[in-house]
Amino acid sequence: MKDRLTKWRLLSVFAVLALVLSGCGEPFLSTLKPAGAVAKQQYDLMILSTIIMVLVIAVVTVIFVLAITRFRRKKGEENKIPKQVEGSHLLEIIWTVIPIILLLILAVPTVAATFEQANVKEMDKKPNKDGVRDALVVNVRANLYWWEFEYPDYKVITSQELVVPTDQKVYFNLISSDVKHSFWIPAAGGKMDTNTDNVNKFWLEFDGAKAQEANNLFYGKCAELCGPSHALMDFKVETKSQDDFKKWLSAMQSAKAASPTDTAAAQGQKLFEQNCLSCHAVSPDDARPEQARLAPNLATFGERSRVAGILDHNEEELKNWIRDPEKYKPGNKMSGTYKQLNEQELDQLAAYLMSLKVEEQ
Amino acid sequence: MHAEEKFTPQTWPESPEKATLEGKNKFLGFWLFLGGETVLFASLFATYIALKDKVPSPDHMLAKDLFELPLVFVMTMLLLTSSLTSVYAMYHMKNYNFKKMQLWMLITVILGLGFLGCELYEFHHYYTEYNHTFTSSAFGSAFYTLTGFHGAHVVFGLVWMTLLMIRNAGRGLSLYNAPKFYLASLYWHFIDVVWVFIFTVVYLMGMVG
Amino acid sequence: MSTIAQKRGFASTIWDYLTTVDHKKIAILYLIAGGIFFLMGGIEAMMIRAQLAVPNNDFVSAGLYNELLTMHGTTMIFLAAMPLLLGFMNAVMPLQIGARDVAFPFVNALGFWLFFFGGLFLNLSWFLGGAPDAGWTSYASLSLASEGHGIDFYALGLQISGFGTLMGGINFLVTIINMRAPGMTYMRMPLFTWTTFVASALILFAFPPLTASIFMLSFDRMFGANFFNVAAGGNTIIWEHFFWIFGHPEVYILILPAFGIFSEIFSTFSRKRLFGYSSMVFATVLIGFLGFMVWAHHMFTVGLGPVANAIFAVATMAIAVPTGIKIFNWLLTIWGGSIKFTVPMLYAVAFIPSFVAGGVTGIMQAVAPADYQYHDTYFIVAHFHYVIVGGVVFALLAGVHFYWPKMFGTMLSEKIGKFTFVFFFIGFHLTFFIQHFLGLMGMPRRVWTFLPGQGLDAGNLISSIGAAFMAIGVILLLLNVVITSVKNERVGNDPWEDGRTLEWAIPSPPPFYNFKQLPLVRGLDAYWLEKMEGKTTLTPAEPIGDIHMPNGSFTPFVISLGLFIAAFGAMYHVDDKAWAIPVLIGGLAITFGAMAYRSIKDDHGFHIHKEDLMDDDNEDKGVKA
Repeated sequence: MKDRLTKWRLLSVFAVLALVLSGCGEPFLSTLKPAGAVAKQQYDLMILSTIIMVLVIAVVTVIFVLAITRFRRKKGEENKIPKQVEGSHLLEIIWTVIPIILLLILAVPTVAATFEQANVKEMDKKPNKDGVRDALVVNVRANLYWWEFEYPDYKVITSQELVVPTDQKVYFNLISSDVKHSFWIPAAGGKMDTNTDNVNKFWLEFDGAKAQEANNLFYGKCAELCGPSHALMDFKVETKSQDDFKKWLSAMQSAKAASPTDTAAAQGQKLFEQNCLSCHAVSPDDARPEQARLAPNLATFGERSRVAGILDHNEEELKNWIRDPEKYKPGNKMSGTYKQLNEQELDQLAAYLMSLKVEEQ
Repeated sequence: MHAEEKFTPQTWPESPEKATLEGKNKFLGFWLFLGGETVLFASLFATYIALKDKVPSPDHMLAKDLFELPLVFVMTMLLLTSSLTSVYAMYHMKNYNFKKMQLWMLITVILGLGFLGCELYEFHHYYTEYNHTFTSSAFGSAFYTLTGFHGAHVVFGLVWMTLLMIRNAGRGLSLYNAPKFYLASLYWHFIDVVWVFIFTVVYLMGMVG
Repeated sequence: MSTIAQKRGFASTIWDYLTTVDHKKIAILYLIAGGIFFLMGGIEAMMIRAQLAVPNNDFVSAGLYNELLTMHGTTMIFLAAMPLLLGFMNAVMPLQIGARDVAFPFVNALGFWLFFFGGLFLNLSWFLGGAPDAGWTSYASLSLASEGHGIDFYALGLQISGFGTLMGGINFLVTIINMRAPGMTYMRMPLFTWTTFVASALILFAFPPLTASIFMLSFDRMFGANFFNVAAGGNTIIWEHFFWIFGHPEVYILILPAFGIFSEIFSTFSRKRLFGYSSMVFATVLIGFLGFMVWAHHMFTVGLGPVANAIFAVATMAIAVPTGIKIFNWLLTIWGGSIKFTVPMLYAVAFIPSFVAGGVTGIMQAVAPADYQYHDTYFIVAHFHYVIVGGVVFALLAGVHFYWPKMFGTMLSEKIGKFTFVFFFIGFHLTFFIQHFLGLMGMPRRVWTFLPGQGLDAGNLISSIGAAFMAIGVILLLLNVVITSVKNERVGNDPWEDGRTLEWAIPSPPPFYNFKQLPLVRGLDAYWLEKMEGKTTLTPAEPIGDIHMPNGSFTPFVISLGLFIAAFGAMYHVDDKAWAIPVLIGGLAITFGAMAYRSIKDDHGFHIHKEDLMDDDNEDKGVKA
């Protein structure tokens, strides 16, 4: 018996140690550091259910430990025949009714929160005369290993990095253009699938103060197995204050196609037009239908925090990526669709891509 | 009672299909099997209802444009009648009248063949006239899978009954083969019931739109 | 027929097993085949954990990883856990109800061979161009997009083995309803028999939706149908519904027999009758029933809307009530007992906290909005491994030790068994406990690698270390099997000395006809009742007489082989191979031909004569000494 207890103790020590080491996760990624109304409500439900469940576990553990310690067959009891008890109605009623009560306590807020988090009526309200709704709506389109974010009321498209204002509800239309994916920003709230069949709708909110803790950059993930690079289908969420967000939107709306000044970047632009432009757009107002938007919009590429959603944002990694995308994201749709570039061409292309900026224009 | 025992109409038991343990097991097992089959067909029905008239482009035929009730009505009558004739066969089996049982079984098989002929004609018609095929749309896939599964069950039932009749033609009824005939007949009823649902859900509701 | 004791050559033993319809031999076949698949699934798991031990690892490639995770899940559920449980059902259930065999011995053999060939077909994918890679759930958009033949192997392999399982389910239902010994009323059936009964009913009603949806998937992939092709009007959510209408009852198909095994073990090694037997039966049936009402809790994030999500959330919570009833009944069974910590009992005791931990996270997931966070993360991975390993695999390991003497007539070493337990138990919690937190910290499941700097490194390393412990435990078990088989020390009827049910009243292993005379059952725990009255044998319900037994048959093997061949035809038809359609038709012809042969050829079985039974009696005495 001692062995068993020691084992348990060892285990819990291990678990606690592991938790201390990782400290409940990073503020930009962890569901345990909720950074918005939805995540907070979900976190509260987690805590409520955990408390109830720990209560249950405690009761079971006490009975369990007492039972296995007290009723061990000891030496000299080899022939002991314990009393054959049939059952007890009273006990059975107790352990039927108490769980039902506990579950009711859990069920009520569950149902309430389910409906609250599915409330997207604001999305369907009439737009004003400029075609702009009061609610901020973002169309999310998931593609094999990249994300497109369209602000339909503002005719603005960006990719890989979602930009959202803090302290206001952001509504999402979710769809996938190839296989099923799932849109998840752990710190901001639970996920919703991007189906191939239909548009899903939900909302999230980003808390300004919490966003500061995460340096205004949250991690987003694909949460549905979608192929070899499912693990690498990350995106980032950049949070801005509502004023800054408005500025960003108007900058995006008025963004002009970049006209690089230095020669390398200008050469890069030519290369880009020959090799990349048929899939990648470089201005935020891409009017082509979504079937034609085969690759991420690169209008803000120079301002991003990652290359391809995963690599550090510098020219070296950018060149590595263009040299062999397959190495970094197996199964992506970009490999082999453009000519082999030499080192000089890579430098030029990287210079051009890094010059693609909207806000600093 | 042993399976090999010889009988006269007087000693022949009331429920010959359940007179032996083997028979009793088969009887129950087959009912359970039909329970599983019911769920299988329910799944196919659900799929059909979900995918009914789901076509890639407006130039595809929809249910209301396709079905011709007179033909389907004939098919329904053929199958319903065959169910009745198989009841007659079982009636004669219970009365230890082997010859009559075989005769009614034969009529059942012939009616079943008639049904199958109509269905093949129907499919052929849709394929050639309306270009409504298994691969043309989700609607087509669901339609042919549901009706085709039923059709395959009909084929299986026909082969089964024919084999039983030929195999036992020379040796008459026994407690060994009585459960086999009974199960074949039970299977046939099941196929019939499924068809009634197909007639209602696919054809009648299809005509309504 | 008393010649079975004779020594036979290797080839004739093989032939014997290929043609056997004896439930005890079929149980051994299930145990061997399921065991091999369990080891394969385990190796796949080890490769998964090796890959995820450190961030940005390149031990396996992304594509191979997806194949590993798919095959690990599919193998463990369909080809290891379920067949192993079917093995125990075969080995024990007919003995527990006092039957000489199952209702349909032929179908029993057919069920095994279908499972075997289905599993073989699925695993051949490793050698024939790549394994399936869309997860064990094989969601339609991804499974249609998946290149190569992997998903075809998945669809056809599961279809074939699914037929086998379905037949097993029907067979057990009929056996339990029709073949019980005199006096064995429903409310005197041992709990393992009850759980077998309910699990079989679940199989009967849960597998057809899977069959239907796998047909659709096969038709889409191989014959140009459009069920899941959105462009042609199809709908991928249909697959998800069907998969989970099957998939959720499936987890109860696994866990209920596990509950049954533990119920037997608790009451045996506490020397007490099961506390609240009738409420245990009621809870089992209720769990089985509710199991069909909750499938959409696997689909909370699909976008079914708040009404559906709320209904399924509450329905899911309801399942906690009967499961809780069971836990408390087990606790009260050992309460006041005389507990002997044998290896099976260690697993049973360890099962309670492990399974409760898995169960409560299940309730946490029923909270739909919170599940939006848990869904498809390592939290889910942790949860279902807690219930499936902490519940089902613990039960399998406990069952192996518990029933080994009954199946093989010799005891597994208790000493090695305890080491197995310690390694496996520690490894299990080490591997999976931390995964709850990995999920909450933002790690999605089914990721082939993870980037550093996300706070996930330490947890993954701990998890991988735990996996190694479990591997050591399994290796020790294999060692135990080898050592025990070599030593081969024979044991008597009731090797645990506290056996309560009918199977412990007859020799280990039982003679092929099980009971010379059908026993008269006078209450719950029939053998215990007899023992309490100082008897060592059961009260017979009939005089010694001729026993009718079925003949062995090679036909089940041939029927299954035909489908196995046909599957290759269906699959390579996609590549426009000229031989594909002939092979498909030929394979089906073999299957249906063999079925027709079975239908036409009379098979009345044979009788063991009274005199031979008397002879056996004397032999038995010689063996037992």
